This record gives sequence, structure tokens and C-alpha cells, in this order.
Amino acid sequence: MSESYAPRDWSSQPPYLHPDYKSTVLRAPTKKLIPIRQSLSEITGPVYGHDRLGALDTDLTRNAVKDAEPIGERIIVTGRVLDENGRPQPNMLIEIWQANAAGRYVHVADQHPAPLDPNFLGAGRCVTDSEGRYKFYTIKPGAYPWGNHDNAWRPAHIHFSLFGPSLATRLVTQMYFPGDPLLAFDPIYMGTPADCRELLISRFMLQHTEPSFALGYEFDFVLRGRRQTPIE
Amino acid sequence: MSKLRQTPSQTVGPYFAYGLTPEQYGYDFKSIADGAMADADTPGQRIRIEGRVLDGKGELVPDAMLELWQADEQGRYAHPADPRGSNVGFRGFGRMGTGTDPQSRFIFDTIKPGSVDGEQAPHINVILFARGMLLHAYTRIYFSDEAAANARDPVLASVPAERRKTLIATRDDSSAGIVYRLDIHMQGPDETVFFDV
Repeated sequence: MSESYAPRDWSSQPPYLHPDYKSTVLRAPTKKLIPIRQSLSEITGPVYGHDRLGALDTDLTRNAVKDAEPIGERIIVTGRVLDENGRPQPNMLIEIWQANAAGRYVHVADQHPAPLDPNFLGAGRCVTDSEGRYKFYTIKPGAYPWGNHDNAWRPAHIHFSLFGPSLATRLVTQMYFPGDPLLAFDPIYMGTPADCRELLISRFMLQHTEPSFALGYEFDFVLRGRRQTPIE
Repeated sequence: MSKLRQTPSQTVGPYFAYGLTPEQYGYDFKSIADGAMADADTPGQRIRIEGRVLDGKGELVPDAMLELWQADEQGRYAHPADPRGSNVGFRGFGRMGTGTDPQSRFIFDTIKPGSVDGEQAPHINVILFARGMLLHAYTRIYFSDEAAANARDPVLASVPAERRKTLIATRDDSSAGIVYRLDIHMQGPDETVFFDV
């Protein structure tokens, strides 16, 4: 095979079993993963482009408006998708979903007694440009309680889903906000190896902030890259 | 050149549906993919893939999400890295949550893929996500009526013989058509083989 992807860097990834996050206990595979030699099955993957985007998919402050603007703090989330060799990843689909400003998800299973916002869904998507850049407008999500342990709260976060160029590069993750005091108490965030946790925290950027409109946050993604071949 | 660190994975959580599988769950947002992978024009043998996800206590997982990625009936992937490329308008991608079926099943209607490279038996690549999984898991679905091809498949050969059955879906011909069934066991004596892709 002429092309293949560098392995998952397990030193930057959380383990399947992380008992502080209680749901992992019965859902973590217990047997060692079996290595697979990458074939066409792994170096290909679903291709989605701009044809699948709705006109307002990148703007969550507008894509579910019924009769008013959604409640909360407008923010901009922007950044680049790169591979681990620093190469920008153009034309890559990014999907996001999140809670509203009160920390409530639209999902029917979310029973947290915080208000739903009739003008906010909390889902969007975008395709990276020729330099691998993406940009969303949204509402800053709120923290919310969950049942993992007594007085457990999830820090504010936005869920991100990226395919990258192949099955091997698939990534689903969560982006957090700088300075959130809940991070240190969150077993999902803390499940990440200590020296990689900051990779999950966005940076406040004045340069991405739109005057009199919305604060800007920057968050880059690093996907697995092509396997490096020796220099000829 | 020093490499950048790969972004860590985080769980898909329990509330992915309105973002990733919205139409299946009845949310007012377009889905990019669902369980209907083939349309009336797709050449190939119509099949249904059906199964459940079970946790370490053998209980159903009703908030998992599966993604299927497969070749067309001639074994071609609709992707630029496949030199032959599929030209039949078949994307080969499906996505479904286990939260809408009363029995928490995943159900994909697709076509049977061909052998990918002459070496591998027909198979469908699976990515599994769920609350409680900090990172996704890769597995495969092979077909019980491809015994000869399965016996030559290099990936199956790399799996201990007693665990191969966790990757092979059982064919059932019903009046409704051809159904292949395979449950995914996260743990236990029948723990599904997951791959380090």
C-alpha cells in the first residue's frame, strides 16, 4: 500500500477504561486491540463537501430561530484542521452539537430542569476552506449537572466530530473554555493524559472577536497524518 | 520535523442525536447519513445489517452510535485513495443510533460489498461510539455465507480463531429479504474483536 496513516498516538488519548467516569466500567473493551495492517478499507473514508451544507449550518445563532434571537452570549469559534505533520486539511466536514446557554440540551433524554431555548437547537456543521480553516457562530454553552457522582457538573463544552481524510483519522472530541473551574473536577476531561489536556481548551482571541458583537475563541484540531517516509 | 500532538478524543456523550443523527430521532435538522445506505439505483444485492450493542452485564446499550463504511458491489470505495473509485453513486456510509428502535437495534439497509482488493473477504468497516467510551472503537462485519473468502482473509487470520465469530454476521433469509445479524459485545466471553486501526 502506497499510502497509510501514522498510528494513533496512544500517549495523547484517554483510555477506554477510566473508572472515575463510571459509564466506562461496563463499556470499555477489556481485551487488547488487534493491530490491523491498513488497507483500502482504512485509508478511505466518507467524503462530504459543501453540497451537504445548509445555508445557515455554520451559524447556530440563526439556524433554529423561530421568532427571536437565542438567549446567551454570542461567540465565534474558529481555527484550523491540521494533520500531525502540520499540513492543513481542506474540505473536511466538521459537525458540532452543544447545550444552550442554560446548560440544557435539546435531546429528549436531557431532564436537567433548565430552560430550553425555542430559538436555539445547538447543532451545526461546516466544511474547512482551502487552508483548513473553519468558523462557527454560536452561543456559549452553559455547565450542567450529571449523574456520574455526587454534585457532578460538566464544564461548558462543544462537541466536535471530524472525519478527516480516512477512516483512520476519525475524531470525536469536546472543546472546553479557558479558565473553567469545573475542568479539574470533570472525569471526562481528566481522563485525558495530563500533558495533553490543554489541547482540549480553546484560547480567547481578541483578533477573532467582532467588536460590539461576539467574543472569539480559537481551537485547532490535529488529526493523524500520513506515515512519514524516509527522505530520498 | 517535530510532530504536533494528536487532539485527544472525548466521548460522544448521551446527547449526540440532534447533531449527528437528527432525522432518525425526529429533530428538525438534516442528517448527512442514516441507516438507508443504498437507494433504488444502487447496483448490488440488497441486504440488511441488524444487531445490538451489549455492555459488560449483557444489558442493551440504547445510546450507542454506529458508523458503517463499505465498498460497492465491485469492492470499490467512493474515495480518491481507491484508484478504481466507485462510479455507481453509492457513497458507502451509514450512521445510526441505537436509541429509536424498541429493541435498541441498529438497522442498516445496504448492498453487499464486493471483495476489496482481491485479498480481503467482503466486509463492512464499523466505528462504534457511545456514552462511556472516551474514544471510538473500530471493528468489522464479515458475512457467514462467505466461508471460503473468510478463510483466506488476512485480517480474520490475524484474529485468534476462537474470537473470529465475533466479527461474522449470521445470514437469515426471511420473507422481507436477506438479513445479517451481529451483536457487538463490549465485554464478556463473547467480547467483540476491536482493532487498532
